[in-house]
Amino acid sequence: MIKRHVQYFAVAGLFAGLMSPASAQGTIKIGELNSYKAQPAFLDPYKKGWEMAIEEINAKGGVLGKKLEVISRDDGANPGEAVRVAEELVTREGVAMIAGTFLSHIGLAVTNFAGQKKVFFLAAEPLTDKITWQNGNKYTYRLRATTYMQTAMLMPAAIAAKKKRWALVYPNFEYGQSAAENFKTLMKKAQPDVEFVTEQAPPLGKIDAGAVAQAIDDAKPDAIFNVLFGGDLAKFVREGNTRGVFKNRTVVSLLSGEPEYLDPLKDEAPVGWVVTGYPWDKIKTKDHLAFVDAYKKKYNDYPRLGSIVGYVTMTSLAAGIAKAKSTDTEKLVEAFKDLKVDSPFGPFRYRASDHQATMGAYVGKIGLEGGKGTMADFQYVDGATVLPSDAEVIKLRPTESN
Amino acid sequence: MTFSAFLFQALNGLSTATGLFFIAVGLSLIFGVSRIINIAHGSLYMLGTYIAYSFATRIGGALGFWGGIVATTLIVGAIGALIEVLLLRRVYRAPELFQLLATFALVLVINDAVLWLWGPEDLLGPRAPGLRGSIEVLGRHLPTYDLFLIVIGPLVLVALHFTLARTRFGRLVRAATQDREMVSALGVNQAVLFTSVFALGAALAGFGGALQVAREPANLATDLIAIGDAFVVVVVGGMGSITGAYLAAVIIAEVKAICIGIGVVDFGFGTVNFSKLTLVAEFLVMAIVLIVRPYGLLGRPQGQVRSVAEPEDPIRPATPALKALGIVTLMFLLCLPLVAQSSPYLLILGIDVLIAIIFATSLHFIMGPGGMHSFGHAAYFGLGAYGAALLVKWLALPMGVALTAAPLVALAGALLFGWFAVRLSGVYLAMLTLAFAQIVWALVFQWETLTGGSNGVIGVWPPKPFDKASVYFLLTLVLAVIAVLLLRRFLFAPFGYSMRAGRDSALRAEAIGIDVKRVHWLGFAIAGAICGVAGGLFAFAKGSISPETIHVSRSIDGLVMVLLGGIQTLTGPIVGASVFATLQDTVMRQTEYWRALLGVIILLLVMAFPQGIVGAFSSLWRRAGAKP
Repeated sequence: MIKRHVQYFAVAGLFAGLMSPASAQGTIKIGELNSYKAQPAFLDPYKKGWEMAIEEINAKGGVLGKKLEVISRDDGANPGEAVRVAEELVTREGVAMIAGTFLSHIGLAVTNFAGQKKVFFLAAEPLTDKITWQNGNKYTYRLRATTYMQTAMLMPAAIAAKKKRWALVYPNFEYGQSAAENFKTLMKKAQPDVEFVTEQAPPLGKIDAGAVAQAIDDAKPDAIFNVLFGGDLAKFVREGNTRGVFKNRTVVSLLSGEPEYLDPLKDEAPVGWVVTGYPWDKIKTKDHLAFVDAYKKKYNDYPRLGSIVGYVTMTSLAAGIAKAKSTDTEKLVEAFKDLKVDSPFGPFRYRASDHQATMGAYVGKIGLEGGKGTMADFQYVDGATVLPSDAEVIKLRPTESN
Repeated sequence: MTFSAFLFQALNGLSTATGLFFIAVGLSLIFGVSRIINIAHGSLYMLGTYIAYSFATRIGGALGFWGGIVATTLIVGAIGALIEVLLLRRVYRAPELFQLLATFALVLVINDAVLWLWGPEDLLGPRAPGLRGSIEVLGRHLPTYDLFLIVIGPLVLVALHFTLARTRFGRLVRAATQDREMVSALGVNQAVLFTSVFALGAALAGFGGALQVAREPANLATDLIAIGDAFVVVVVGGMGSITGAYLAAVIIAEVKAICIGIGVVDFGFGTVNFSKLTLVAEFLVMAIVLIVRPYGLLGRPQGQVRSVAEPEDPIRPATPALKALGIVTLMFLLCLPLVAQSSPYLLILGIDVLIAIIFATSLHFIMGPGGMHSFGHAAYFGLGAYGAALLVKWLALPMGVALTAAPLVALAGALLFGWFAVRLSGVYLAMLTLAFAQIVWALVFQWETLTGGSNGVIGVWPPKPFDKASVYFLLTLVLAVIAVLLLRRFLFAPFGYSMRAGRDSALRAEAIGIDVKRVHWLGFAIAGAICGVAGGLFAFAKGSISPETIHVSRSIDGLVMVLLGGIQTLTGPIVGASVFATLQDTVMRQTEYWRALLGVIILLLVMAFPQGIVGAFSSLWRRAGAKP
């Protein structure tokens, strides 16, 4: 008897699930997809960020007299799944544009989908240069500062350190590989006698930190370039500290100053590393203070970098729609060319040449304050100052993409 | 790499080996006694890290850390006992492997429960009180905690060995591992034995997870990473052998540590970065060990398990009613493009479901009638997908040629891997197929110049007129129908009967002149080739493919589809694939905690239909028909 009931509930559950949600009338629908389950540390604040942006925009009456409605989906951290979700958003939900993605290869798959199906896509977070360069297309723009940009931002400090023997450590996938390539190219150009004494490329999320830290130490480098992030970074830092790997060595590191990755390290934050990141409690510009206040009030939590990316993704789309005076894809593509957007980091624009936003990042040194990692002597580096010129990037893009 | 550097890396390897050993040994014990492949074992390990983190930070100090580890061990053990009593006990009598479905659902539920309780951020615990620093060995710093790990692993090994060899409980465990029916016939209370072994295994996983709190942050991805490692260690060491588990853990950890230590080497003709090999090192070790020693390093051939499930009926040709139902369904699907004009997404979902059907049916072909439980069927899906996509990318061949090549590439792979795989049976065969799939995955991931590495192949879109969803849907439908009918045809041919004969009794089949290995090898190859079709279709449907296409999670999805539908029926995989693909699509939209929801739905289905959906319906049907 009980079994019968269970059967009934299972079937009823199936049917309840199959019914599609009702949608509001007279709104502009934005499709959003991301690897929420696979990368929660970054994407949880990211979601809070865009939810706040949408609330603010709609409180002011929305755009073109319509409210914005975001339909958000998990992409299962899998490119095939992401393409299906994107198709679902476009064909079933009838969204006017899509935005989101985190991992580089998923961003690339959705970029390609957008180009093929002629859908406007704003890549929020994926860092690979290929989205705007080699695999760029007419319909895709990207917000976040790319791997190339972030590496270039760190170059002045890396060159100023005047170190000859460098060790590289990076997660073994697109983002890590291209960061390492960029670093080597830029370094050789600036300092031809540079030597790369070892390269460690552990699999993403599965670093054997003790062995990797030791191997780097055994190669006796003068300086280390690190691209690890998340759990890999935490393990690497703890092992490296215990084994004295970072002692008397310059370390230059991508993204490690982002609260998402720095805060879990607590009092073990590696002091002195030169990093890109987001010192949220120390940026005293008016726009940023207003953002932090609103965010803290709404969520009773401090913003992470993800919050900024989420927030600016939606404000960018709102600005684009307002400029295009329409949600028509072709008009949006045109409107995003040289679109100016005000962000908590200050104003930036979307370049017409390669569809890359010039929103920059903060570069500084990791310090310890009150038992917590933070960034010291930091400065904001405008993305426009590190990007190659329009003429150079146009050569990198496929000809039909402009 | 100097000799002292080499020795030191060996020490690093030993400390990592302890972690691997603790995850693996519990899994091995549980499998030995209950024959359950507990996929949720990694989740228990992850729970251990999270719970120990909470003790270490909330209570703090030496008590919070060391006491916390002890408390965590007990708590996770208790959770294990609860899982066994509340869930697994209900499905012991289901067809073999069905328990895997229940534990898979647990993975989903536990992961979301942890996310809900502890939040999304990585949680790095404190260093171990008393063991914060390092000592100098060979002119290098060895963390004292690593030293502690190097010692505790063998200590636990000895303690376990003693327990198994000398105590009554240990004797019962060993006896049950060899012949559990005999143990129960001798009056031993099986329920208590199973529960206590499951609790012990879970406690060991919790202990292992808790020990890691000083080394790595508690992270939501740990569960799947840990279970992958654990399987490899258990199989390399030999199922049920705890000494083997330790030996295997040491070998795998050492190989990785040495690869990392070697780093970049210039061979003159090119440089090789050995640290990248860690991606696949454990699977290479596993493949080699299984080929050379089919039962693992210290394992023995598995004891015969008399099936506790209802005996399986022989498969029968479709009844007229089923045929009619099939034709009606087909007619409906043919008309779907017309129906779908108002909601075009239906077709896109339809394409995904049809691809899943080809995938699941081909897997069922070897799993059900063939009795070969492949845990790496994604390999042939991936080979088909990459075969097709790379032909388009590098040679700009038309879609027709690429889709024809897809099954051929998959066939080649299946012939190669199948030749080794069919020499094994049971869980060893499953693990060898998994190893091959991981090797293919790593190859695709690593061979950037050919396959595009982690980015995969982008821009593989079907040409006109197939770029329209309705046309592509029809193409997929036609190929799916051909694939399903072809596989059915094979099963009702003498070939299919010999394959099943080989499954049911290899000895008797050999005696009447069937070359069992050869028949199974061919069956394996056929399933691989058909699966390649699904892969090819997938590549063109998505426009891009990446190594995720071959990932172990796709193999697991395939298993779930087959088991959900019912492994003993031919329509099972079709229904299972449709239900699972639709569920996944629907559930992912409903809630933030979609994994838990999917897990709970699967658990309900497991409870309601312990023979799979189709299995349950057909036995209801038979029972209704048998009434006077």
